[in-house]
Amino acid sequence: MTPAFLNFALGALVLSSVLCLYRIGCGPTAPDRAVAIDILGTLIVGFCCILGLPSGTDFYMSIAIAWALLSFIATIALAKYLEGRTFDD
Amino acid sequence: MTETIAQALILIGLGFDLFGCIGLVRLPDVYNRLQAATKCVTLGTCFILIGVLVHAGISPLGVKAFLCAIFVILTSPVGAHALARGAHISGVRLWEKSVVDKYEEHRLSKEAPHAKA
Repeated sequence: MTPAFLNFALGALVLSSVLCLYRIGCGPTAPDRAVAIDILGTLIVGFCCILGLPSGTDFYMSIAIAWALLSFIATIALAKYLEGRTFDD
Repeated sequence: MTETIAQALILIGLGFDLFGCIGLVRLPDVYNRLQAATKCVTLGTCFILIGVLVHAGISPLGVKAFLCAIFVILTSPVGAHALARGAHISGVRLWEKSVVDKYEEHRLSKEAPHAKA
């Protein structure tokens, strides 16, 4: 992996994240923002992969797995909140 | 050779990510945005992770990338389905040019089962 390729990959992911942040900021309803937060979590997993490539060690991938788990739990919690239910039913 | 394949997979993944996020900004209502963004970004991130697996081979980095790809591809549709259900129940209307809303029909028939008969 050349540094130019890694920079290009990070640039593309930053552009995607900026589009997500636009939707988080300007989303007309709360579910729009929740969807954009879910997507941003998945993009950050991609970020961790690209950042972990040049070093060749695996701790960035551990961060990615933990982030995917937490992002999933956050999405489920937001969805239950939008449905108007509490966490014990 | 594996380097070229890994770079190609990562480039495909980046393309899917970018187009999914363009869909997130451009489409008219929350359900359209949800389906465009979730499908494209899930597949794009999985392509990036598989590219890392091809690049790293059987090593801690590669195996964790594979595990993460399986996890993302299992959990992302579940989260998107829950979000769509939550958005519908919280009262977000469909785009005015949408033609069918099966979930609304299902909920109405459950609330008043004898209304149509």
